[in-house]
Amino acid sequence: MTTLSTSESQLPSTEAAADQHGEHHGDHRLFGLATFLVADGMTFAGFFAAYLTFRAVNPLPAGASYELELLLPTINTALLLASSATFHKAGSALKRSDNPGCRRWLLITAAMGFLFLAGQMKEYFTLPFGLTDNLFASTFYAITGFHGLHVTLGGLMILIVWWQSRPGGRVSAANPFPLEATELYWHFVDGIWVVLYGILYLL
Amino acid sequence: MPIPPAILTLLLGMALVLTGLWVGQNINLLPVDASSNAPVYDELFKVLFSIGTILFIGIVVVIVYSLVRFRRSPADSSDGVAIEGNLPLEILWTAIPAVVVLFVGIYSYDIYERMGGMTPLNDHGMHAMHSEPADSRTWAGISPALSTDANAAPALPVEVTAMQFAFIFHYPDAGITSGELHVPLGQPVSLLMRANDVIHAFWVPQFRLKQDVIPGQPTLLSFTPTRPGRYPIVCAELCGPYHGGMRSSVIVEEPETFAAWVAQNSPVPASPTPVAVT
Amino acid sequence: MTLSLAPETAHAPAPSLQPQGWLRYLSFSTDHKVIGLQYIVCGFLFYLVGGALAGAIRTELLTPISDFLPRETYNEVLTLHGTVMIFLWIVPVVNGGFGNYLIPFYVGARDMAFPRLNAVAFWLIPPAGLLLISSYFIAGAAQSGWTAYPPLSITTPATGQIIWILSVLLLGGSSIFGGINFIATILKLRRPGLKLMQLPMYCWAMLGTSLLVVLSTPVLAGTLVLLSFDIVAHTGFFNPAMGGNVVVYQHLFWFYSHPAVYIMVLPAFGLVSEILPVHARKPLFGYTTMVYSIMGIVFLGLIVWAHHMFTSGTPPWMRLFFTIATAFIAVPTGIKFFNWIATLWGGRIALNSAMLFSCAFIVNFVFGGITGVALAQVPFDIHVHDTYFVVAHFHYIVYGGTVFVIFASIYHWYPKVTGRMLNEPLGRLHWLLTFVGFNLCFAPQHWLGLNGMPRRVAEYDPQFQLINQFSSVGALLMALSTLPFLINVVMSAFNGEIAGDNPWRALTPEWLTSSPPPVENWKGEAPLVHEPYGYGVKPGELNLAATSGRELWSLGQDPGRGPNRPL
Repeated sequence: MTTLSTSESQLPSTEAAADQHGEHHGDHRLFGLATFLVADGMTFAGFFAAYLTFRAVNPLPAGASYELELLLPTINTALLLASSATFHKAGSALKRSDNPGCRRWLLITAAMGFLFLAGQMKEYFTLPFGLTDNLFASTFYAITGFHGLHVTLGGLMILIVWWQSRPGGRVSAANPFPLEATELYWHFVDGIWVVLYGILYLL
Repeated sequence: MPIPPAILTLLLGMALVLTGLWVGQNINLLPVDASSNAPVYDELFKVLFSIGTILFIGIVVVIVYSLVRFRRSPADSSDGVAIEGNLPLEILWTAIPAVVVLFVGIYSYDIYERMGGMTPLNDHGMHAMHSEPADSRTWAGISPALSTDANAAPALPVEVTAMQFAFIFHYPDAGITSGELHVPLGQPVSLLMRANDVIHAFWVPQFRLKQDVIPGQPTLLSFTPTRPGRYPIVCAELCGPYHGGMRSSVIVEEPETFAAWVAQNSPVPASPTPVAVT
Repeated sequence: MTLSLAPETAHAPAPSLQPQGWLRYLSFSTDHKVIGLQYIVCGFLFYLVGGALAGAIRTELLTPISDFLPRETYNEVLTLHGTVMIFLWIVPVVNGGFGNYLIPFYVGARDMAFPRLNAVAFWLIPPAGLLLISSYFIAGAAQSGWTAYPPLSITTPATGQIIWILSVLLLGGSSIFGGINFIATILKLRRPGLKLMQLPMYCWAMLGTSLLVVLSTPVLAGTLVLLSFDIVAHTGFFNPAMGGNVVVYQHLFWFYSHPAVYIMVLPAFGLVSEILPVHARKPLFGYTTMVYSIMGIVFLGLIVWAHHMFTSGTPPWMRLFFTIATAFIAVPTGIKFFNWIATLWGGRIALNSAMLFSCAFIVNFVFGGITGVALAQVPFDIHVHDTYFVVAHFHYIVYGGTVFVIFASIYHWYPKVTGRMLNEPLGRLHWLLTFVGFNLCFAPQHWLGLNGMPRRVAEYDPQFQLINQFSSVGALLMALSTLPFLINVVMSAFNGEIAGDNPWRALTPEWLTSSPPPVENWKGEAPLVHEPYGYGVKPGELNLAATSGRELWSLGQDPGRGPNRPL
């Protein structure tokens, strides 16, 4: 019995290794990223749950309020949503092997992302409360800050992909993975913002 | 003719159930009961103990029996029977625990209700929460059980302050502040508990009651002492280096003794009558 | 994180750059078997640390007064004990260790889906663990227990608490990366032709566990970040002095930490499901219901967290919901246990160390499960919450449950990993000492809790002294039981009996290769195992003279390729 698998292990074979390498590479990485984004989304879910609970059971001190200025955040929301669309444009351009078009859309997307961050900064500086003023203030800064961190990271990733999709770079119609991954991530960050906007600003 | 296995199994099962019931009724693992809900708790404990004993002994016996009966010698390399499943059997052992668990759940709910656990904490209900300042609201705990006895004594209110590393008891009616909790036998007591620094927990094992004392969230704990004596109050939530030393006592005494204690300890100008000016 | 996914996760980094021989166990190897062993050995070293800390606790509790350790140190020790045992021993070993070693075999792959991420996940652990332990020497470790409840965690010395948070964040990250890898490997890397319902049970257990890891660990991470803000930036999330709410922390913490119990025991369930059929020479009983019950446990495990807070600030309706949900976990768990017993029933059981540890696991876990159902009942819990009853219950689950399975698994898979057998008499001695020591240590603690001894105390009512001393003797036995194990593992590696490729005549794919397996698991194509538990003779064919059972090897092969096997 035991000698059996020894003889089995002597069977020559290389194709098995080869077919496992080529076959499903790209989709695994996107799948892994999607799983990670589920995890990341759970972090936000935890923050939102904490915020909603605080809001339901912990009254704010006198003078503090949940009201926020809506104009700038609404513009920001529109900006971020539009940037999802422009990123999609960049993706389609890459599929058509239109690298210059893709890079243009990428730049536009990144610009919108950084504009969003600038808007966020402006909002921070004009808000009537600071980080430690009350529970709402702390939660507000923690959640928007965590989201802003995601946008910053996403913006940098877009710039990297922009650089990588230069002529002769590693991102092309043949290897769209870095762009696809960044795009998935960017849509996720946008989606989180929509929820955040609903919960923090509108509710 | 040998006894059919079915009959043997039946007898074993009956013996097992009887053992479990006997163990549950006769082996006492709990300290004395000194509050009105302790006997109720002990009832639940006995039921759980019986069920647990039956299950545990049953499973252990089957495992040990299997290991002995079906063991093989090292030289033996034969296989067992290729049984991969038995749907009716599996439905059976899904259904039985489900029923047992449901029964235990409903039963413990009933016990909990008899302890007063389901009585609303704030008479004004949940809606009033937002408008109230945080520290006048009771956030959690056990209210006095709704008494059916019309002439039952009203609950004696005591304010408990927990701090690192002591409990302080304040009797708002008598104006007494004490390091030990004195309560009269048979009268409901209602503890309103606040913490000054970190989370503590108020536990009297003989009352079978525990409630966390949470900073910023006053909690309530109600009980009716039923047995005179001195019982430990234990802090059950890690609260710092001297957590283990954070103990006190509750003294359950006859109402007359309690009244004497109140009279003896009341601050001298306790009477609200104005002092005559000469 | 995304950046570490983005570079090509090459399956075969230039082998010449990788150290060979034993050195590769200290390297950034991407071989899943190397990583699995790294997890197990590293975890075991931390187990020794955690065990020494437990020894300090049991020594302190020999007497009712606080006389062995300074009180602050005692709280640091109990915090470190909990954190080390959970985050550095049990979670990494049953998930990362055995998961990495076995899952690629079971799905018929040559490695995990993301080998480099896998190595990153492992290499987060030693620094995090060393960071955690070094905090004791640098500034004093955290003193608020492994639960780190605020406001205590906000008011105890900040440095230790912050280091604790950092290392738990690192370990959480490692756990999440591992979970992503397992999900991708099990769902995406299966050998063509292998269906989900043909996978060995451990795959299902790891799939369920990884789902829990991915869904709940991030919540803990976020919570700890908020807690660190409270400590460092003086925000007030969980600080009642600033309008914060300490109970929200408990909800968020237990949203992770209750599933964490399943993260610790579900893989153990899976491992036992692998071990029992092999040594009982019978198919795993009720495969389909086992799969459904794992998924049932995963689902219920996510919605029961507040049963840790029955004495805390939870409103009555919440207590009721969580009682019912918690008690119902007993149903899928019970199904698994009945199925294991049915697997044993009528088998041809080899009473070896792996089997003994597995059966001791069943006994211990049934006991812990029964006390668990009792604890789920609010009125019961109100009395014993935060007492030694809970300590005993918890250790019956994670030590009596998972650690026993870890040992069973080591006895079972050691021949595969090293090619040599472990010494059987030493193994049984190890089992006996562990089983007796464990029960002597923890069974009396139930009584302590019922009668008034709270947990996490350095001093207690003198009436409990005798029982505490029994418990400490049990702990000493447990410590001693490690010796025959260590001697066995080290000695057998050099002069154990040669095991051969498949000493247990097992059918799961990791046995259908050489021992130890080659770098990419199989020379030649991976076997297609449709029936991982195809042991036993058909009921009608039970023949006392037949000693070889069903055709063992033909089951392990792709039927289409059967003829060219030298059977």
